[in-house]
Amino acid sequence: MSQPGPESARWFQFASSMNSERDSETTFEEDSQPNDEVVPYSDDETEDELDDQGPAVEPEQNRVNREAEETRETLRKDCTWQVKANDRSFHEQPHFMKTRFFCIKESKYANNAIKTYKYNAFSFLPMNLFEQFKRAANFYFLILLILQAIPQISTLAWYTTLFPLLVVLGITAIKDLVDDVARHKMDNEINNRTCEVIKDGRFKVAKWKEIQVGDVIRLKKNDFIPADILLLSSSEPNSLCYVETAELDGETNLKFKMALEITHQYLQRENSLTTFDGFIECEEPNNRLDKFTGTLFWRNRSFPLDADKILLRGCVIRNTDFCHGLVIFAGADTKIMKNSGKTRFKRTKIDYLMNYMVYTIFVVLILVSAGLAIGHAYWEAQVGNYSWYLYDGEDYTPSYRGFLNFWGYIIILNTMVPISLYVSVEVIRLGQSYFINWDLQMYYPEKDTPAKARTTTLNEQLGQIHYVFSDKTGTLTQNIMTFKKCCINGQIYGDHRDASQNSHSKIEQVDFSWNMFADGKLAFYDHYLIEQIQSGKESEVRQFFFLLAVCHTVMVDRTDGQLNYQAASPDEGALVNAARNFGFAFLARTQNTITISELGTERTYDVLAILDFNSDRKRMSIIVRTPEGNIRLYCKGADTVIYERLHQMNPTKQETQDALDIFASETLRTLCLCYKEIEEKEYEEWNKKFMAASLVSTNRDEALDKVYEEIEKDLILLGATAIEDKLQDGVPETISKLAKADIKIWVLTGDKKETAENIGFACELLTEDTTICYGEDINALLHTRMENQRNRGGVYAKFVPPVHETFFPPGENRALIISGSWLNEILLEKKTKRSKILKLKFPKTEEERRIRTQSKRRLEARKEQRQKNFVDLACECSAVICCRVTPKQKAMVVDLVKRYKKAITLAIGDGANDVNMIKTAHIGVGISGQEGMQAVMSSDYSFAQFRYLQRLLLVHGRWSYIRMCKFLRYFFYKNFAFTLVHFWYSFFNGYSAQTAYEDWFITLYNVLYSSLPVLLMGLLDQDVSDKLSLRFPGLYIVGQRDLLFNYKKFFVSLVHGILTSMILFFIPLGAYLQTVGQDGEAPSDYQSFAVTIASALIITVNFQIGLDTSYWTFVNAFSIFGSIALYFGIMFDFHSAGIHVLFPSAFQFTGTASNALRQPYIWLTIMLTVAVCLLPVVAIRFLSMTIWPSESDKIQKHRKRLKAEEQWKRRQRVFRRGVSSRRSAYAFSHQRGYADLISSGRSIRKKRSPLDAIIAEGAAEYRRTVAS
Amino acid sequence: MTWSATARGAHQPDNTAFTQQRLPAWQPLLSASIALPLFFCAGLAFIGLGLGLFYSSNGIKELEYDYTGNPGTGNCSACALADQDRAPPLRCSCSWYFSLPELFPGPVYLYYELTNFYQNNRRYSVSRDDTQLSGLPSALRHPANECAPYQRRASGLPIAPCGAIANSLFNDSFSLWHQRQPGGPYVEVPLDRTGIAWWTDCHVKFRNPPLVNGSLALAFRGTAPPPNWPRPVYALSPDPNNTGFINQDFVVWMRTAALPTFRKLYARIRQGNYSTGLPRGAYLVNITYNYPVRAFGGHKLIVFSNISWMGGKNPFLGIAYLVVGSLCILMGFVMLVVYIRYQDQNDEDEDEE
Repeated sequence: MSQPGPESARWFQFASSMNSERDSETTFEEDSQPNDEVVPYSDDETEDELDDQGPAVEPEQNRVNREAEETRETLRKDCTWQVKANDRSFHEQPHFMKTRFFCIKESKYANNAIKTYKYNAFSFLPMNLFEQFKRAANFYFLILLILQAIPQISTLAWYTTLFPLLVVLGITAIKDLVDDVARHKMDNEINNRTCEVIKDGRFKVAKWKEIQVGDVIRLKKNDFIPADILLLSSSEPNSLCYVETAELDGETNLKFKMALEITHQYLQRENSLTTFDGFIECEEPNNRLDKFTGTLFWRNRSFPLDADKILLRGCVIRNTDFCHGLVIFAGADTKIMKNSGKTRFKRTKIDYLMNYMVYTIFVVLILVSAGLAIGHAYWEAQVGNYSWYLYDGEDYTPSYRGFLNFWGYIIILNTMVPISLYVSVEVIRLGQSYFINWDLQMYYPEKDTPAKARTTTLNEQLGQIHYVFSDKTGTLTQNIMTFKKCCINGQIYGDHRDASQNSHSKIEQVDFSWNMFADGKLAFYDHYLIEQIQSGKESEVRQFFFLLAVCHTVMVDRTDGQLNYQAASPDEGALVNAARNFGFAFLARTQNTITISELGTERTYDVLAILDFNSDRKRMSIIVRTPEGNIRLYCKGADTVIYERLHQMNPTKQETQDALDIFASETLRTLCLCYKEIEEKEYEEWNKKFMAASLVSTNRDEALDKVYEEIEKDLILLGATAIEDKLQDGVPETISKLAKADIKIWVLTGDKKETAENIGFACELLTEDTTICYGEDINALLHTRMENQRNRGGVYAKFVPPVHETFFPPGENRALIISGSWLNEILLEKKTKRSKILKLKFPKTEEERRIRTQSKRRLEARKEQRQKNFVDLACECSAVICCRVTPKQKAMVVDLVKRYKKAITLAIGDGANDVNMIKTAHIGVGISGQEGMQAVMSSDYSFAQFRYLQRLLLVHGRWSYIRMCKFLRYFFYKNFAFTLVHFWYSFFNGYSAQTAYEDWFITLYNVLYSSLPVLLMGLLDQDVSDKLSLRFPGLYIVGQRDLLFNYKKFFVSLVHGILTSMILFFIPLGAYLQTVGQDGEAPSDYQSFAVTIASALIITVNFQIGLDTSYWTFVNAFSIFGSIALYFGIMFDFHSAGIHVLFPSAFQFTGTASNALRQPYIWLTIMLTVAVCLLPVVAIRFLSMTIWPSESDKIQKHRKRLKAEEQWKRRQRVFRRGVSSRRSAYAFSHQRGYADLISSGRSIRKKRSPLDAIIAEGAAEYRRTVAS
Repeated sequence: MTWSATARGAHQPDNTAFTQQRLPAWQPLLSASIALPLFFCAGLAFIGLGLGLFYSSNGIKELEYDYTGNPGTGNCSACALADQDRAPPLRCSCSWYFSLPELFPGPVYLYYELTNFYQNNRRYSVSRDDTQLSGLPSALRHPANECAPYQRRASGLPIAPCGAIANSLFNDSFSLWHQRQPGGPYVEVPLDRTGIAWWTDCHVKFRNPPLVNGSLALAFRGTAPPPNWPRPVYALSPDPNNTGFINQDFVVWMRTAALPTFRKLYARIRQGNYSTGLPRGAYLVNITYNYPVRAFGGHKLIVFSNISWMGGKNPFLGIAYLVVGSLCILMGFVMLVVYIRYQDQNDEDEDEE
């Protein structure tokens, strides 16, 4: 804002008045109670927008004014993105170029080809190597390699490090290559899709990658939209265009977009499109899906553009034969690409731990090397200097020799840091991921969807989950509403009954074939209801279904005689569809008529008014005139609001009430239906008021509501419907399993409180004996807690140790249901927004600035305290349900728990609204198989059904965790046992950095001799079977508590390795002290000594992994004995005469193996060494298993008994339906319907309501839709 | 969950034991029935082995003599006195008299032992050229850099054999004399100086360069002996099969020791009357004292020893086996007690559950 206009002047005034009025530290008590019904504020509302919506709303604002302001607003914002239609050269002008590198210029307009791959044929090798050497471990080995090339300090042959490093780099490079090839393929597939583009004056088929900004393109029905385009016109009336945004936000219901009137009028034909030369100025590309600001300049006029006219890449055109659009953002600039953005690189807890351990080892390495170097310097001074035979011609001082030896030891002891650690970890994780992909028990046959581990590096974290954050719709539920039961005239229908009202437990589905409009998908078992409809004995029954067919805002689409309903909410769709199946099919509608087929006879009714739904009214009504001339009002809505408006004389009121209770206890979503006859005169009167109200320009909604209220009274109750929001299979079982595994489940949903609560009961997250707390309850609790803390801590709050006290008395089963607005209230989120206002005023003096920062800091501290308290409180509850939360809040909740609980979190969801949360959580899981792919795309794991979560966590996660922990413990042990022998040997060779093994053995130890068994254990080990893992969820707790791999375990492994290395060295040492060979020759030479230790080491470590393996398959056995055999095989080869003749200096151990290993004495030494290494381990394991058996030990012990049990006793699940309590849910989804569109009659005639009003409403609705 | 093989989805994973992680497996449990017998059996076996080793080691006779010549320890002191610094090697001889009251059963081996001599020092142990030693003519003239500073003479002549190990070749020599009757003459006991190195060493690892005109000396022409050597490598022994790089003393020396105290085989006594051992009587070992060790505090010993199935005398292994075996048994009892004590408790726990 460069020029402070009158508006900003007002701003300053306001800000300063606020400043003076209240303490700069805002308090939270003053606000009114948050509204549970509304979603707090749109997700992407930015700060400036919030500021813009200042408190002063001009009451006299009229349409012209608003339009003017809109233009001003667009101009004020920096609209620097300029697009000219049908003019490619315009976008290539030099001032649109930006410098990329020094002189390479590139257009700021991306072209439409997308590129997700990383390498091409030439860049692969250098770039991949560069990336790999960015990893600390690889770089470390590179440094070692360089050190080894320095002759003074080279203590190991060059190949000892190079060979393992090459293996490691090679494996990683191959993996990267395979990944990249897959990306190349995918990019190509997408870039080569085709659509029609105007080129040289007419439409031509072009590939997606050829499309450029400013192109005019034509899309047909069911086409994917290739770029972000401005809708110019379509085949539909008024250039409406329906799109499916499933890929963007996961919602399968259609959204409509509407072109500008001017483009609709003039840009229908090809020749007009080719000459279209509109110029667009709009905002720069961003990632906000529901926002777009721009202006179209055409024919010397300007037209404001908003998100409602933009078709986004990734959506699909539906129900529209063709449409035309102008490309505004292409390729990487499109909103979907901007949104996919960088995926945050997630790392597991074990990764962090492992890194710290590697650092620890590194420090140990340096210390040990330094110690030995000092030892060497001392030895040189004492012994070496006087040993004439050691004379090497160099005149180094002992301390310099010590310094050189420091590096020599760094090289020799480098294997303490396990070179193959990282690559082995990757391999194991990859293997685990494949096991997840292959798991048939996570494969969903109905949709042919297997589970997929999209991130292969997080598996063991699945075994450490503490908190699961779940979306509701589509995750816990199927998002399929089915008409289940109804209550007509006090009589409940929908149970299994035959036509004569006898109950049958097994009865066939009702056959709807008598009805030509039936879609055959409805499963209904009450034959008596059909009997009732067909006989027409009770008029109310027909009336009931007629109401369902007529009172709604569903759009219909008739293709090939098939009816396709397009409903604003799945509930409404389910009801209209049910009516259609029962013989009352809604066939067509115009702006003021509606055509219904009533049991075969088509009748058309005049629609006099549609009294649409909104969240306050919780009902909708329609007023129709029958062909006979009667006027009737039909209404459906939430029981609470309907019952208030019923006529006193309603005989079935009580019965219906009872039915509602029954439905609610079965967790069905209920709705009451009623009607009313209206006198012609009464209607006329009302219609006048209605017309008047609909012309009011301010607060029209309120005025209309008032008018609606007048007519919706004295209603006659028809009955109630019960819709099942079908839970996915196995959801309650999964939730109870996870709860037993001490995993807390939080449900985060955009749904209403009642719906969320209902689902909570349905999936047994909440039970009858749960005490439910709501926002207001905990707000009070939190408030007192804050007061206490403030009183106690005062200024020194930081220094007072936090007192751990619980919010609730222990022992009770408690659940928390909190809405988004309460969340904001409690977490002081709004207040930060408001404090922005304070910022507007520039601090004048130093003093002011200081006060300001101080208060800001205090506010931050308070906020943090608040958040922490809230998390503490929420975590005391066994279940938490957050309803009416925005995607941003979902992520915020996850983040809070992550931050303050330091626990591993998992988020599971299916829609675009869950993406934030999925990306924030440690592990994100997407439900696949639904149409929406965005959640899946940003997830780490995906599968088709919520119930697979238990298998993913309790089986795969647990196994992965145990395997990884065992693997790491063993890996550190093995390398310490191997490397530290050098250390012990130093004391006997003058600290001269002499190796205790042959160089080739050092080279191959990590890659060949000891890697396969541990890899296989990491891949295949299972302590208890998958069935038992699922049966005893308590086994999962070890992972949550980090019991199997932590610093303690790490040091135990190290000590174990150190002790092993001592045994490995000192027993052969004792045996070699003064011995001679069996035949008098070959006494105690260095090479035999090395072979003895190496053999003992190989046998020890391979037997040790054998001890660690609890699941011995033939592969394990084969690999363990294979590794030992391989060792001896290779050793005998390398020590053979043949290879020495070929490479005399590379293979110096000629004959050692054969000479040493034919001596029984050496074998006895090896045997003793191995026994001393392993027997204590056996003893300790046995004792600890006997004295402190772990949960899994116990289960393993009774494996056989448990298995037998399982076969005999298939546990019957006990369904305990509690006492029925009233949990009615309002069945409407929280969006409003298409009533505006229908009644506006835009499809037939315009005029009725101002154009931009519709647009504004549409935008609001779209925003709501996206936000939910 | 059921699925039919016929209506298989395109993405359905394979139902194999491997992919479903159902590979047949043995899940061993460290139960008492495995652990306790293991410890008792291992303990008994180890004690048995230990006893065997201990007694065989005890049955081995050893006779050793430190001839370093520290003042007042024998007649080698004179030589030792002269050994103040290392070059040039002095020529001095001394002798060791000893008598055997009874037969020293054969075969008897004669070793020399050095202490505080770091053949395993890395700097020292890499200073050799195995290519040269394998008799490659090119390597003979171009010794490897590792040999420095014994790679070339100051004159530029390549040293053969190069390197510090070769240069420091042990060059004391011994001869054994036997006095059959008291006061009688000393008869030289034949020392078998061949077959003291590994067959692979003398036949594979160490080879002489191809003869030039049938002469080994010519083959080594253009090379110089190591600085400490009084004579060139081809003159190490008059026996043509035991000279040059395949001289067995040299080969034995070149097989570096693992520890700073080591023995190397000098000769076997297995000829003539001495095939059954050294009969009782007085003996004399004549020592040519060349090798300087006192500078670095080393000792030189001469050792007579016989061997058993397990090699030379070394009580360590036998004792170690005995100790480990006893510990196993002890541990076995501890485990048994613990098992009995806790087994009941665990059962009770489960009953409570």
